[in-house]
Amino acid sequence: MIDAVGNPQSILLLGGTSEIGLAVVEAFASDRPMRVVLAARPSPRLDAARARLEGRGCTVETVEFDATDLASHTDVVQKSFAGGDVDVAVVAFGLLGDNEQAWTDAAHAVELAQVNYTAAVSVGVLVADRMKEQGHGSLVALSSVAGERARRSNFVYGSTKAGLDAFYSGLTEALRPHGVVVTVVRPGFVHTKMTEGMKAAPLSTTPEAVAEVVADAVRTRKELVWAPAPLRFVMSALRHVPRPIFRRLPI
Amino acid sequence: MSSQPSPADQQRRLHGWGRTAPSVAEVVTPRDPEEVAAAVLGAGPRGVIARGLGRSYGDPAQNAGGRVVDMTRLARIHSIDAASGLVDVDAGVSLDTLMRAALPFGLWLPVLPGTRQVTIGGAIGADIHGKAHHVVGSFGNHVESLVLVTADGAVRELTPDGPESELFWATVGGMGLTGIVVRARLKLHHVETAYFLVDTDQIDNLDDLMDRQTRDDEKYAESVSWFDAVTTGPHFGRGILTRANHASLSELPEKLRDKPLKFDAPQLLTVPDVFPPGMLNKLTGRIFSELWYRKSPTKHGVVQNITQFLHPLDIIGEWNRGYGPHGFLQYQFVVPPSRGDVVRTVLERVTAAGKVSALNVLKRFGEGNRAPLSFPRPGWTLCLDIPVGRGLGELCDELDAIVLDAGGRHYLAKESRTSAEAIRRGYPRLDEWRKVRAAVDPEGVFASDMSRRLELV
Repeated sequence: MIDAVGNPQSILLLGGTSEIGLAVVEAFASDRPMRVVLAARPSPRLDAARARLEGRGCTVETVEFDATDLASHTDVVQKSFAGGDVDVAVVAFGLLGDNEQAWTDAAHAVELAQVNYTAAVSVGVLVADRMKEQGHGSLVALSSVAGERARRSNFVYGSTKAGLDAFYSGLTEALRPHGVVVTVVRPGFVHTKMTEGMKAAPLSTTPEAVAEVVADAVRTRKELVWAPAPLRFVMSALRHVPRPIFRRLPI
Repeated sequence: MSSQPSPADQQRRLHGWGRTAPSVAEVVTPRDPEEVAAAVLGAGPRGVIARGLGRSYGDPAQNAGGRVVDMTRLARIHSIDAASGLVDVDAGVSLDTLMRAALPFGLWLPVLPGTRQVTIGGAIGADIHGKAHHVVGSFGNHVESLVLVTADGAVRELTPDGPESELFWATVGGMGLTGIVVRARLKLHHVETAYFLVDTDQIDNLDDLMDRQTRDDEKYAESVSWFDAVTTGPHFGRGILTRANHASLSELPEKLRDKPLKFDAPQLLTVPDVFPPGMLNKLTGRIFSELWYRKSPTKHGVVQNITQFLHPLDIIGEWNRGYGPHGFLQYQFVVPPSRGDVVRTVLERVTAAGKVSALNVLKRFGEGNRAPLSFPRPGWTLCLDIPVGRGLGELCDELDAIVLDAGGRHYLAKESRTSAEAIRRGYPRLDEWRKVRAAVDPEGVFASDMSRRLELV
């Protein structure tokens, strides 16, 4: 159960090696140790994450999870909930891909769409079902400001996040009567392994800063947040910039 | 029938009086013990818990994804015996209703908490206490027998010293986790009037306030102090000590003697649900504390009615809404008599953290009872009211450590955020209670958000 001041007892990270996802887990664990389920493909990074969280006093379980293997998702979610209620679930897996390759190579485009959208919808449906049964819980989806308005430089990625964003925004409403809060998080440019070597956009942030925004949103049961918060107004303005101007903007 | 499994429209979002951590459950409203038994037997995999008037601050009367039995329809007063003081009531009867019915017979509920909007079942489940604890003990001490619907659907009558006395005492303070209390017989006290003779003392610092309570509390049937947790410096912890005895008929002024047992408890207004967060801040907290302190100059032998003396907040309905949408929590603990210093330490931490607590209540408890999970034990109990905001979780975790290291513990009826470990340390007889509960409910049918959160079972 999540208590009166927002401490969860258990958290499930789908995309168990995601830097932002792990930062979210640590943000909660720094207040109070909890039961953590990391769903990811086995890797040295996963082992390292496990060791670090155990060092903080958490109990860690791992569940083998491959986002592209849609047929396995039912089993993955079932195993993830086997140890008891999941108070917070974070959908944190995703691929940035190469935009130039993606819009010219169908296979790469489909890969991005599969991981970022189809797989996210698939686990979303399955986790939603379990949380409905629980009668409580917090489901967090990592969207992106890239989904708010498609830009020439990363519109394939942006389109997948737009789809994810719409799905989870709708899920927020569908799960409300069941006591489950769905939170859509729209980070801007985050310095991670995924964005290494890229030129940082204005208002760029770090996984730890995004994690603080997420933890605060879960504690206060917010349904839509930007990281950092001022991006909300930036994006609101950008959505209304006429195309001839928008395409000339250095973003 | 009300206990049939769930059509979707019976799903309700429930929270406690603190308005934090809501969850959704299927709510059923039985009308008699048979329907309660059917509701228990028909519970799904996430179990069932009873709910009364929702005055617990945290989550003991919630059961996410499971079933919650609303007991307020079981509300009959079966009998009142003026001579012996014995009353036989359904568990869904509120203390308010019972008092109104019993007072004309010259009967008084010995244990009254800060509100009368509590059901008999809830009063037993939380083993509630009042300002008279140092003299009369807690609610369970006054229960002659109770009727419990257990996990197997059986209806058992339990007494404090009968063959199933262990189950009786596990139910007292057991937070509804041994079964559902459907009926109880209580022993009330005899009084000549419904009024108190109140001595109020304005005391300008914490040490003197506590010293006075230690010295002559025994002269009074009721004793409690409110103090100011906002003012710092030499007047830190200045407060109002109010203590009283029941007024006899001859002590009443002429004009009240006509109707000495009149129940004077109006509700003047209900707070609308429109308050933004942050209504209680340093400024409003300071104003409130100043007014509260000033309104109560030292005065002895004043005649007051029940609302004036016991339940000033009952005048205002739904006052918890004033704290805004993020809700608030009550932090209540007890520490042994020798550790009164903890009261000061805790207050200093709260003030240093920049938190504002407006309703601070301090009382000296008398002896505890036999119930393994009963909260009261000899010592000091302090209760703070703090709005939920950033940093409150960390602050409370810090306070927990101070309280537990001093051999203290937390009150489950107020609890909404501590750890399973803190409860285990504070209640050394938890395992003994678990054994009794496991014997009567081996499948774990009775469950609540609190029992999951604090790993009580």
